[in-house]
Amino acid sequence: MTALLETCGLDVFYGDFQALFGVDVAAEEGETVAIIGANGAGKSSFMAALSGLTHSRAEQILLEGSPVGGMTAFDMVKRGISLVPEGRRLFPSLSVEENLLMGAHGRTTDRGWSLDAVYALFPVLKERRHQPAPSLSGGQQQMVAIGRALMANPRVLLCDEISLGLAPPVIRDVYAALGEVRRRATTVIIVEQDLGAALKASDRIYCFMEGRVCLSGKPSDLSRDAIRRAYFGG
Amino acid sequence: MSTLNTLIQGVLLGGLYALYAVGLALIFGVMRLVNLAHGDFIVLGAFVMLGLGMAIGVPAPVALVIALPFMFALGWGLQRLVLNRTLENDLLVPLLVTFGLSIIIQNGLLQIFSADSRRLTLGALETASYSFGGVSVGVVPLLTFVVAVAVVAGLSFLFYRTSLGRTLRATSDSLPVVELMGVDPRKVFATAMGISFLVITVSAFFMGVRANFDPSAGPSRLLYAFEAVVIGGLGSFWGTLAGGIILGIAQAVGGSISPAYQQLAGHLVFLAVILFRPRGLLPKAG
Amino acid sequence: MAAFASSTATRTSRAALVASLVVVVLLAVAPRFLPRSATQDMLQVFLLVAMAQCWNLLAGYAGLISVGQQTFVGLGGYGLFAGAITLGLDPLLSVALAAVVVTALAFPIGALVLRMQGAYFAVATWVVAEVFRILLAQWMALGGGTGMSLPGSAITNQTAVHWVSDAFEVRAAAAREIIIYWIALTATVGVIAAIYWLLRSRLGLALSAIRDGEVAAGSVGVDIWRNKLIVYAIAACGTTLAGALYFLSNGHISPDAAFSVLDWTAYIIFIVVIGGIGTIEGPLLGAVIFVVLRSTLSGYGPWYLILIGALGTAVMLAAPKGFWGTFSQRTGVQLFPTRRRLAAILPTPIEAEARHADP
Repeated sequence: MTALLETCGLDVFYGDFQALFGVDVAAEEGETVAIIGANGAGKSSFMAALSGLTHSRAEQILLEGSPVGGMTAFDMVKRGISLVPEGRRLFPSLSVEENLLMGAHGRTTDRGWSLDAVYALFPVLKERRHQPAPSLSGGQQQMVAIGRALMANPRVLLCDEISLGLAPPVIRDVYAALGEVRRRATTVIIVEQDLGAALKASDRIYCFMEGRVCLSGKPSDLSRDAIRRAYFGG
Repeated sequence: MSTLNTLIQGVLLGGLYALYAVGLALIFGVMRLVNLAHGDFIVLGAFVMLGLGMAIGVPAPVALVIALPFMFALGWGLQRLVLNRTLENDLLVPLLVTFGLSIIIQNGLLQIFSADSRRLTLGALETASYSFGGVSVGVVPLLTFVVAVAVVAGLSFLFYRTSLGRTLRATSDSLPVVELMGVDPRKVFATAMGISFLVITVSAFFMGVRANFDPSAGPSRLLYAFEAVVIGGLGSFWGTLAGGIILGIAQAVGGSISPAYQQLAGHLVFLAVILFRPRGLLPKAG
Repeated sequence: MAAFASSTATRTSRAALVASLVVVVLLAVAPRFLPRSATQDMLQVFLLVAMAQCWNLLAGYAGLISVGQQTFVGLGGYGLFAGAITLGLDPLLSVALAAVVVTALAFPIGALVLRMQGAYFAVATWVVAEVFRILLAQWMALGGGTGMSLPGSAITNQTAVHWVSDAFEVRAAAAREIIIYWIALTATVGVIAAIYWLLRSRLGLALSAIRDGEVAAGSVGVDIWRNKLIVYAIAACGTTLAGALYFLSNGHISPDAAFSVLDWTAYIIFIVVIGGIGTIEGPLLGAVIFVVLRSTLSGYGPWYLILIGALGTAVMLAAPKGFWGTFSQRTGVQLFPTRRRLAAILPTPIEAEARHADP
């Protein structure tokens, strides 16, 4: 089965500095893939490349077999790849609802994610719909960020460090919502520092180290030892 | 009643300055660009309307209506073709490119229209005025002020109650994130510049009707617009309106002492604001 | 532990220094062979170059875009006239005094305008110039709004005038002009040399750091505000001196001429931008191009200015580093290098001693 989204020898450069070296990652339709690794391993660079924020060569990223690397971010969204950015990056001048509505700007298909559907997923947001986004708690802001990405009705949802800075109960809520997203057969790629959450939520994992893939497989097939070794190196 | 008269004239003058200023504030808010040719585009707009009057003999208000879509297209095209290319760089390029445009426009207008002083005519309306309580208020300045308030209200409505406005505010907040929303910033910037040029055209009309203008009048319009923006503070169009009014009052007070002090008074208030309240008198909180 | 030695000199730059000295000598004797009008033109170009180097220092090295340098040109000119007319000082002494006084004034002015950033700073500098223009137009003793001329007794040192008059076989008036020409040449060379020296000093290093990344520079201890203020004052000093000399040579001043945005900002920006911002060589090349354009096109009125504006805009869009800057970037040639290269890794005294201590 051809992967829905895959990278082939993906290199990412920031000026002269190379962050990723020939990374091969594949995500099948409906799968949840987790990218784990220490800080500086290149996980966020990977997300930036997939979402179009950094430039890649066309053939290095394939969506359903077609090359999409090098497209601008606003074109990538229209192809169905939507990013929940690291650190949430909500629009501070906009209210909760306005942030969500901005997400709908890039939508080209209907996969059921309307404003009502997002409010059904995150009822607490509906109560706060007209409040300015920065006035919400960290966990609620994370929900807005996820909801906003969902409003684009993507085929592939990219989640960059959605547990960052959140308390464990809040992380559970966020991942519970993500579970609902997975149930609707959306392909999800998550970058996670929280190893436990990553292993529980994913069908397959890839471990990055210094810009390269050092381990991949199903969580059930990999021993904790193997993962720990890959994560920390040596 | 002379003080009251001065105050009223100042407030009404402030309406014109607010019109100059909101076009500039809009652009700076959305794309962090200070268009040094802003004043020259206002003068250009006035000459376009003058030219329409000369060429096809339409009265000034009709010329305004005709000029509006043309000026929108000019601003849109300018942004799309020229200024969008400058925004990736640092501060230097957009500033100097707009400065260069300023020189080109001033001298292009000089070449076409000569240095003669011009005026847009409204016939009897120009000198009509209302009198009450010993104070005389000209119809044109009053109309200018009313239109300024309407423009500010209209822009506020656009920015805060429409989807285009939402996009503009989001673009102003974060360029990369708004791209993640599927928004092409180049088109947003072009639209914003087009809107700015609509405001420029309206302010050109009222400038041209109120007083004489010539090709070299651009830079002082820029300074008034800029001063009004800084005095009011960035953040809301109502703040810019307030800035314009304060500038107008300052100039009216200075002008009542001596004509030479009119501009000076405005400059000094501006410098005082920089000194004591660099963020302006009514900036958006945070 | 090894020590590092850095150097800025290269073979090309040493050759360039020698060539520059030759050029300066040639320029110094030029009045012997050129007509008066040519000498006057060259004098003006020298002063424009000095002002351009100052603007370049601000914009290209400190990242401060000023469209208000005419403040200092005008204050320099009026300082000269104030000293010469109201205080009765010798004009040259007046020029020097003006430079000192106005540079002192540049500190509070700079402190005020530096409260703003970026484009706001730029327009604030323009407003300051306007304030001085309006204020000085009220000073009736110096001609008010219409201006005035310097009495013919400028350059009072009669010995110098007589010497030049005899040596160059010209009349006294021309001799006076030649003396001013030499002073302008000296001042310009001095300004360029001072800026070059400055950029190779620690201040220059700090400026490069600020220009490349303010936040990073601040985090390694560079006092950004203080450095910017000092640079602002230095640029003001050079500009004031050049302005004072311009009006000494010109003999007539008016508020509009003294504080003209076109003459003292637009032309200078053009010179720096066309030549190459952020390099010492750039404004020199830009001045040459400017002069050539001016002499070929000055008969065409507004077209000349339209072309200048268009050319400047086009260069900013297509080649922001200017003609010299692009050339230098492609070929690596630098005549007046200001960046440091690692020239050698020297042994410390202990290592050197160890090497010499043979068993």
